[in-house]
Amino acid sequence: MTHPVRTLVVDCPDWPLTAAGIGPDTPGVVIVAQRVVAASVAARAAGITTGLRRRLAQGRCADLVLVPDDPDRDAAAFEPVVAALEDVAPAVEIVRPGLCALASRAASRYVGGDEALAAAAIAAVGRGARVGIADGPFAAELAAASVVPSYAGSPGTNFVAPDRFARVPIYKVGGDAGGEVRWVVVAEGRSRQFLAGFSVDVLRRPALADLLHRLGVHTLGDLARLPSASVVSRFGPDAALAHRLARGLEERPVTARVPPPELTAQLEIDPPAAQVEHVLFGAKELADRFAAGLADHGLTCQRISIQAETEHGEQLARLWRHDSALTAPAIVDRIRWQLDGWLSGTARSPDGAPTGGLALIRLVPDQVAADTGRQLGLWGPEEALDRVARALARVQGVLGPDAVTTAVPTGGRDPGERVAEIRWGDSRVAPKPADRPWPGRLPTPAPATVLADARPVRLVGADGASVEVSDRCEVSAAPARLSVGSGGWLDVVGWAGPWPATERWWDPHTTDVRSRFQLATGDGAAWLVTARSDGWWVEAVYD
Amino acid sequence: MAPVDTAVPEAAHLAAPRGGRREPLPVVPALASLLPAGVLRPGTVVSVTGSTSLALALLAAPSQAGSWCAAVGVPGLGLLSAAEHGVDLERLVLVAHPGRAWATVVATLVEALDVVLVRPGRGGAESDVRRLAARVREREAVVVSLGEWAGADVRLTQTRCRWVGLGLGHGHLRARRVEVQSSGRGAAARPRSAVLWLPAVGGRAEPVVTAGPGAAPVVVPVAEMDATQSA
Repeated sequence: MTHPVRTLVVDCPDWPLTAAGIGPDTPGVVIVAQRVVAASVAARAAGITTGLRRRLAQGRCADLVLVPDDPDRDAAAFEPVVAALEDVAPAVEIVRPGLCALASRAASRYVGGDEALAAAAIAAVGRGARVGIADGPFAAELAAASVVPSYAGSPGTNFVAPDRFARVPIYKVGGDAGGEVRWVVVAEGRSRQFLAGFSVDVLRRPALADLLHRLGVHTLGDLARLPSASVVSRFGPDAALAHRLARGLEERPVTARVPPPELTAQLEIDPPAAQVEHVLFGAKELADRFAAGLADHGLTCQRISIQAETEHGEQLARLWRHDSALTAPAIVDRIRWQLDGWLSGTARSPDGAPTGGLALIRLVPDQVAADTGRQLGLWGPEEALDRVARALARVQGVLGPDAVTTAVPTGGRDPGERVAEIRWGDSRVAPKPADRPWPGRLPTPAPATVLADARPVRLVGADGASVEVSDRCEVSAAPARLSVGSGGWLDVVGWAGPWPATERWWDPHTTDVRSRFQLATGDGAAWLVTARSDGWWVEAVYD
Repeated sequence: MAPVDTAVPEAAHLAAPRGGRREPLPVVPALASLLPAGVLRPGTVVSVTGSTSLALALLAAPSQAGSWCAAVGVPGLGLLSAAEHGVDLERLVLVAHPGRAWATVVATLVEALDVVLVRPGRGGAESDVRRLAARVREREAVVVSLGEWAGADVRLTQTRCRWVGLGLGHGHLRARRVEVQSSGRGAAARPRSAVLWLPAVGGRAEPVVTAGPGAAPVVVPVAEMDATQSA
């Protein structure tokens, strides 16, 4: 909020209508909630103003064209305008669709002055736009808005406002070759004088403007003459901001839009290739191009999406990750692994092997970071990790990325719950904290085999009747014999339990009451069995 | 498509040529007497029958020393138990369901990893197993096989075991005393056997020390425990 930055504003008036393809000569309005929010020049000439009800507007102009409000359409249509302006000067900030700003000092020096820059901007953006350059975006926007074709003198000449005391004119206007005035450049340091004549309505603070009018403060010049301390104490902090604007100071600096670098690279294969070997040469060139594109921006890519498409439109996209950075040869390897598995049909893709030849390979960066450089160890853990990562990426190419996992300790009660498997390449973050108390956690040692699917077993007491566990965690009889699967009976030589684990007891639908038992059988084996409502199940084996 | 036929020649480009031979991998002291020279020689296949814990105990010391381990086709592996044995989970890679690409996956992993735990006999024809053994020898990895592996260099078999700590309706499993017999080919041809705690109290493998006060591990047999509790 200090020194105002010299700012260029490009204003495309009635942008929603322009974006919808309605020129100034056609009477058209944009309607939101039955009210006019934007009107074309022809519509305004017919007496239609913003805020008018739809019926009244149609009453004033019989052939009025109604356009629905669509901010996405406006923004998309504005993108080419911004791109054209970026050819003149970089770092364009889009204020809203139809209005954009840029800090103009450097660009102005480059083209040789504000007037030349304004003319260049008009030439780049095209007809219908108007340009203002002033100190700060507020003054610049008003400068652009004050461009009125009827204002014009003769083409190409500058209109100099009369100012008795200034040796330099307050502002200059200029036009295009067609003779229409298209830009206004306010001289440096003269924004306050330029703004002085505007009504306080331009501050876009209707309540404040209304109050100021009633107090006899009609123009920004009147407002600027008031002491700022009095303005704050009488009207509040927002009015203080308006006061700053009226004095030609800055409300906020222009922040630049960083153009998204085009990093995606793709390779079209014609004629389509049936084998990976046929595309390897092209893939290498593609990977080099992709890596060079990243390097040009000083970026490195840690995760990449390789997307392949056949001539029949079948697609296979996979994410590949690398702990450090993906180099071009590493990308080529991954293209080959992915396509190898896919084309040969070993990869687990939902549709199986593709039916057509390979027609397109696209590389899309997924996680891009600034390239900070990387020093490889001559040998040691980094080299081993690199080797392991290559081998595992190859396995992922054959079986699919989900087939390779690593384990991370996590919170839970049962042995199977206390370790979570995480896909290789994803970050090793425990889904649940492991260092909290988990009541009912089983004591060490943990079973060496944890069955993915529990198997039903039979557990009987000495009388041959199945052992039951009551709601109060009492067993009906001491377990005496265990039968696993279709095997014979094993004598139970030791047992302990029940160890209840009640999960989500607060939710009657998902609650799960389990009673765990440890059993040792006569053959030396030990089991973790669970009594559930549907019988006995073996969950794990202590082998 | 026979997986190994394509996998083995193609995988040859993968690993950079290793300068020099791999070092022998350490084992936990309790198992040292069962293996020739008390180490896991690179390029060998060790088959383990009768105990998953025994296989995990074999992985523990190499993992602690910084080696990368993998488990292929062992979906029910007790990962918590692995961690208790001392396997570093950060360097343990799991390929639970390799399907018919089993031999390809193992052949790829022995290129880069030091110890690969496998359960053979699932999708692996006998010719695949022979080719894999040749590849393991060439790449100097160690394969630990859960179950019989035709032509294994070392065969470890758990013959007797007894759990302690579990009473009739009280206590909990604490430790297991097992007897393991070792046989094999070459240097491992002489049969050996050892008695060890697998796991000892705490989850690791420990040798059974028969004499000496203060000897680890301190495990109270069931009968004594009952006596101390009633006393």
